[in-house]
Amino acid sequence: MKKKYACEIDCANCAAKVEDAIKKIDGVQDVKVNFMMQKFTLEADDGRFDEILDEAIRVGKKVEPDFSVKK
Amino acid sequence: MSEKLKRDLRVILLAAAVFFALLIAEKSGHFDAVFENRWVKIVLYMIPFLIAGHKVLWKALLGIKNLQMFDESFLMTIASIGAFVTGECEEAAAVMLFYQVGEWFQSYAVGKSRGSITALMDIVPEYANVEAEDGTITTVDPDDVEPGDVLIIKPGERIPVDAEVISGESLINTAALTGESVPRRASAGSQIISGCVNGEGLLKVRALKCYDDSTVARILELVENASEKKSRTENFITRFAKVYTPLVVAAALILAIIPSIVTGQASVWIYRACTFLVISCPCALVISVPLAFFGGIGASSRDGVLVKGSNYLELLADLSCVVSDKTGTLTEGNFRVSALECAEGVSEEELLRAAAAAEGLSTHPIAVSIREAYAEKDGRELPRLLDTENISGKGLSAATEEGRILVGNALLMRENGIEPVPVNDEAATVSYVAKDGRYLGAVLIRDTVKRGAAEAIRAIKDAGVSRFVMLTGDRESTARAVAGELGITECFAELLPADKVEKTEALLAEEKNGTLAFIGDGINDAPVLMRADVGIAMGSLGSDAAIEAADVVIMDDDIARLPLVIRIAGKTVRIAKENIVFALVVKVLILILGALGAANMWAAVFADVGVAVLCILNSMRLLVAGRTFL
Repeated sequence: MKKKYACEIDCANCAAKVEDAIKKIDGVQDVKVNFMMQKFTLEADDGRFDEILDEAIRVGKKVEPDFSVKK
Repeated sequence: MSEKLKRDLRVILLAAAVFFALLIAEKSGHFDAVFENRWVKIVLYMIPFLIAGHKVLWKALLGIKNLQMFDESFLMTIASIGAFVTGECEEAAAVMLFYQVGEWFQSYAVGKSRGSITALMDIVPEYANVEAEDGTITTVDPDDVEPGDVLIIKPGERIPVDAEVISGESLINTAALTGESVPRRASAGSQIISGCVNGEGLLKVRALKCYDDSTVARILELVENASEKKSRTENFITRFAKVYTPLVVAAALILAIIPSIVTGQASVWIYRACTFLVISCPCALVISVPLAFFGGIGASSRDGVLVKGSNYLELLADLSCVVSDKTGTLTEGNFRVSALECAEGVSEEELLRAAAAAEGLSTHPIAVSIREAYAEKDGRELPRLLDTENISGKGLSAATEEGRILVGNALLMRENGIEPVPVNDEAATVSYVAKDGRYLGAVLIRDTVKRGAAEAIRAIKDAGVSRFVMLTGDRESTARAVAGELGITECFAELLPADKVEKTEALLAEEKNGTLAFIGDGINDAPVLMRADVGIAMGSLGSDAAIEAADVVIMDDDIARLPLVIRIAGKTVRIAKENIVFALVVKVLILILGALGAANMWAAVFADVGVAVLCILNSMRLLVAGRTFL
């Protein structure tokens, strides 16, 4: 499943960092943090999607405190 | 301005107020007793420093913890701590303060550009009116519309999904999608595209696609993804920043340690090393280069041209050869009767009537154009067709109520003992007509060249493209005539689709100093579109295959938009390069001065924040200035 959310991210470099960190989460197939458009796209296993999404946001915030996703 | 920006601005203003109050107090000389104590001074300047920079310090710590330490926050933290250590407290606070001003300005600028792009792409339908079978109308989210649903679109409403009109008549404003200001007419049977705005009439339509597959969703997706396809310049900057920051830190360390040991003046050299760090911060490049490309893509979409990625803007800027398809791109793609050459004593009506009667109900483009011309001129009912015989490669022979009619080429005429008056028009298809053994004349049918195509080609050449080549499947003489009319010197005719790919590849091999673009109407040109450096599809609104295969999509079918986009691309690349050169030159200059001790921390702050702000302003020219900037 692939879903798109509005997000807040401060700089292009921060977006890349958050992407790298989230990609390492188990069950994440693809993730994009688009700084210019402020969009967060997550593609993850269907069954555990919500769980993975929460984990992704947590991991993202850990690397970059200003990262937030509007669910 | 978002809440976050406002909050940050208040923090910066507060820090600035405290900082300048302290600075004035110190310089006025009334409080020398206080500022002479080094520790008191440090504590006092720590106040604005921490107000402005607590987040930066926190980020730097986080970076160290996550082992991704070499970023701007880290550079700034080290530099300002170093300045405190050497006793330059006001400069330490100033560095942090101005760094934050620069950061704030960056966020503001990016937000502004983002705003103008979303405004350009203001095509998202908010709701749809679905009519149930019993006639009740409910308003739903466009996402909930299923293909086949019956929708009501009121005057002034945005079309929610791609649909077909069942009843009603209206003019549709497509400006938001195509940049085209003339509205399109829609009536029963016509297909309408989501994102356009309905004019004065009420339309009842049947949804053809769900929202996600509709034009509007696909276009938004495209524009959003465009900023992800990075240009070479952007990739270069990213890689550059990755090696650059650790290198600068190492250089600063060497600058702090070795001369200190040699000369014994540790604080001088630590201060210089800190200056060095502040100057070297790469933020001006890291933000302004992508911003320039982002602006270029935005400016193009405002003109009804979708560029699928920054990399294509870069390729367009380097364009040296444009290869174009003929039919549908340079010409209208529909055949029309262009002239009638009547034999002596024969009226135009008589000639057309005979030709139209013989063509009967054929759907061949030539037959259709003859019938259309007849309907315009005369309109009386045609004689009944009794029998027709197709004579392959020559024409046809038809038996009608009014006699036996021959329509075809000169050979057909001569075989039947008729001597036609030869017509010389290379671009036209000539059909000779005879009835009951009597020559009536010739009907000339041709595809008309698009209005503005010749000017567009000239403009493309003015924009720096040295070669314009036309490829067509049409016959040589027709191709030559069209080329002559448009001022094209190179054209290749009688090409099958596979030949077009081959020819394009040959041209690609010849263009060593620039890039090659292919422009076509996208329906059967997909392989060539993919093969060219830049594939440009036009007039393909609603055609998924073309949008998929092309790198650049011209939303309406006006080739005149191409020179404009080439110039936008050129401008974008130039701005990006200006930023790179300007930032690097200023930084290197002040770096050298800093290492020699001639530039202090204030110059360093300018080299960092000032340069970043100037570069960002430069990048924003593309979006803010609108069309007039070229």
